[in-house]
Amino acid sequence: MSGTTTSEVKFSELEKKIKRENWRRIWFRFKKSKLSVIGLSMILILLFMAVFAEYIAPYPSHAGLYIAFKNAYKPPSLEHILGTDMYGRDVFSRIIFGFRYAFMMIGLVLSIVVPTGVILGLIAGYYRGTFIETVIVRLSDIFISLPPLVLALSIASILEPNIFNSMLAVSLMWWPWYVKLTYSMTVSLRNEPFILAAESQGASTLHILFRELLPNELGTILTKVTLDAGWVILIGAAISFVGLGAQPPTPDLGTMVSEYSKYLPEYWWMSLGPAAGIVLIILAFNLLGDGIRDVFAGE
Amino acid sequence: MNNDTILSVSDLRKYFTTAEGVVRAVDGVSFNVKHGETLALVGESGSGKTTTGHVIMGFYPPDGGKIIYKGAYELSIPMKKRPLELKRDIQIVFQDPGTSLNPKRLVKDIISLPLLVHRIVDKSRVYEKVAELLEYVGLSEEYMFRYPHELGGGEKQLVAIARALAPNPSFIILDESTSALDVSSQARVLNTLVKIQNELKLTYLLITHDLGVVRNISQRVMIMYLGKIYEEAPTEDFFKSPMHPYTQMLLSSIPTLSEEDEKIKPRGIESVGEIPSAVKPPSGCRFHTRCPFTKQICMEKDPPDIVVNNNHIVRCWLYA
Repeated sequence: MSGTTTSEVKFSELEKKIKRENWRRIWFRFKKSKLSVIGLSMILILLFMAVFAEYIAPYPSHAGLYIAFKNAYKPPSLEHILGTDMYGRDVFSRIIFGFRYAFMMIGLVLSIVVPTGVILGLIAGYYRGTFIETVIVRLSDIFISLPPLVLALSIASILEPNIFNSMLAVSLMWWPWYVKLTYSMTVSLRNEPFILAAESQGASTLHILFRELLPNELGTILTKVTLDAGWVILIGAAISFVGLGAQPPTPDLGTMVSEYSKYLPEYWWMSLGPAAGIVLIILAFNLLGDGIRDVFAGE
Repeated sequence: MNNDTILSVSDLRKYFTTAEGVVRAVDGVSFNVKHGETLALVGESGSGKTTTGHVIMGFYPPDGGKIIYKGAYELSIPMKKRPLELKRDIQIVFQDPGTSLNPKRLVKDIISLPLLVHRIVDKSRVYEKVAELLEYVGLSEEYMFRYPHELGGGEKQLVAIARALAPNPSFIILDESTSALDVSSQARVLNTLVKIQNELKLTYLLITHDLGVVRNISQRVMIMYLGKIYEEAPTEDFFKSPMHPYTQMLLSSIPTLSEEDEKIKPRGIESVGEIPSAVKPPSGCRFHTRCPFTKQICMEKDPPDIVVNNNHIVRCWLYA
C-alpha cells in the first residue's frame, strides 16, 4: 500500500515539474520580443488603473454626473493634467473610469463570443457533412452579414441605447468569426490519424472535441482573442460615438470622444484624452497578440 | 470457419468515387486470419492494402462482402456504432507516429485514454499502469511526461504500440507501422512487436510493402495487386517458391547483399512498368499488362484460386 502512495506522489511531482517547465518555455518565447512584453505591461497597468479607479483617479466623483461650471473648459494644468470638460469635470479621472468600461466591454463580449463560437465551430467541423454542420454554418453566415452598426441601431431602438445593449450587439455580430475559425481548423484536423486513433479506441465525442481537437486549436484562438480585444473596443467606441452605446454621463471612452468632439478644435484636450486612451488600449492588445502568436508559432 | 480463425474476410469490396471515376480500391478480397499468427498483406502503393485494414477498423464502411470477427461480430458496421468491447479488442498502429499521436498531449495522457475508456485499471492506478506499459515496450517511465515531438521516431512508434496494448486487445492491425522509421529504430520496433506477440498471444495483420519485414516476423503472406489478392502462402514457401509472376517480380527486385541471398532470388522477371490506375483496372488478370507470360485468357478472364498445396494458393492462369 505504501508503495502505491510513494509512486503517486512521485507522479504528481513529475506532473507539477512538467507544468512549470511548460510555463517557463512559454515565457521564454514570449519575452524574446520586447514589444509584446511592453504590450503585456501596458495592459496590466491599464487593468490595475481600471480596477482601482476610485483610488487612482484624482477626482473620482467626476466620473458621472458632476457639475462645477467655475472649473469648466480648463486647459491641461498641474491640477487637471488633461484639462476639464464643459461641466468642469476632470478629463483624466474620467478616462481612468473609461478604462474600466473598456475592460468590461472586452471581458463581457469575449466571454460570450469566444466559448459560443468555439463550441459551435468544433461541433460543426466535427459533424461535417451532416445537418448539424449546415445549420451552424448558415446561421453564422447570416449573422456575419449584418453590419454591426445596423444591428446596434435595431437593438437600441427595440430595447434602449445603453452600454449592455451595445455589448449585446457587438457579441451578436462577433461569434460567427470564432465559428468560422474553429470550424476550418476542426475540418482539417478531424481526419488526422490521432483523432481516428482516439475514436477507434472508444473515446467519447466530448473527449475528442475538447481534449484532442481543442488543444491543437487553442494557440490560434488565443491569438485571435487578443487581437480582437482591440477591435471590440473600436467597434464599441464607434457604436457609442453615434450615440447608440453608453449614454452620458457614463465615462465610456467612445461616448466621451463623441460628446467632446463638439468642442473641437478650441477645447482640443477634451477629446484628445479619451481618443488617446482608446489608441493606448488597442495598441497594448495588438502588441500582446503579436507576442502570443510568436509563442504558438514556435511550436 | 475454423475455430482457430479470429478474422474472416470474404469478398470484401470498397470503392471510392473520385472526379476521374470509381476507384476500386478493394475489389473482392477474401482471407482468414488465424489466432496468434502474423499475416502479412503485401502490395505496392495503391494496391488497396491499407484500405483493407481501414475497412476492418471501420474507418469507412465496405461496399460489399463480409467481415466476421471471432465468429460473432460483424465488422461491416462503422467504427462509431461498434460495441465498446470491439473497440477494445481490435487495435491499430498507424504508419506515421508523428501524426498518430496528438502533438498537444503528454505521452501519459495518450496511453491513459484507452485505460480509462475501457476501465482497465482503477483511476488512481492509471499512472502506474502507464509506466508499466511503457516499460513493457522498452521505454522508461520518464517518457510519461513528454510530448510526442520530444521523442525520436522509433520511440514515438513504441508509444503508439503501448497505446494499442493498453486495453488488452487480441488483434492488432499494423498499418505500415515500421515503414516511416529509419533502419535501426525499425529493428527495435520489430523486435518489440515480436516479443509482445509471443508473450501476449496477439494476432497481427501486418500491412506493408517491405518484404524484409515480412520475412522477419510473419508466418503467412498475401500479395495484393490492384485491389485483389493474387497469392497466399506460408512465408517460407513464399520466399522459396513464389508462383505468381508478380510475386516473382517483387522478389527479384529486392536488393541483395550477400551471394547467398543472390542465389535464392528468383530469376528472369524484371520489374516493368507501374501499377495501372485503379479507376480503369485491366480486364481479366489485372497483372497481365506487366506480366511477361501473358496469354490470351489472361486478358479475358479473372484467374481462379489454384491451390498448389495445403496452404499455398495462387491466382494465375499459368497454373490452371
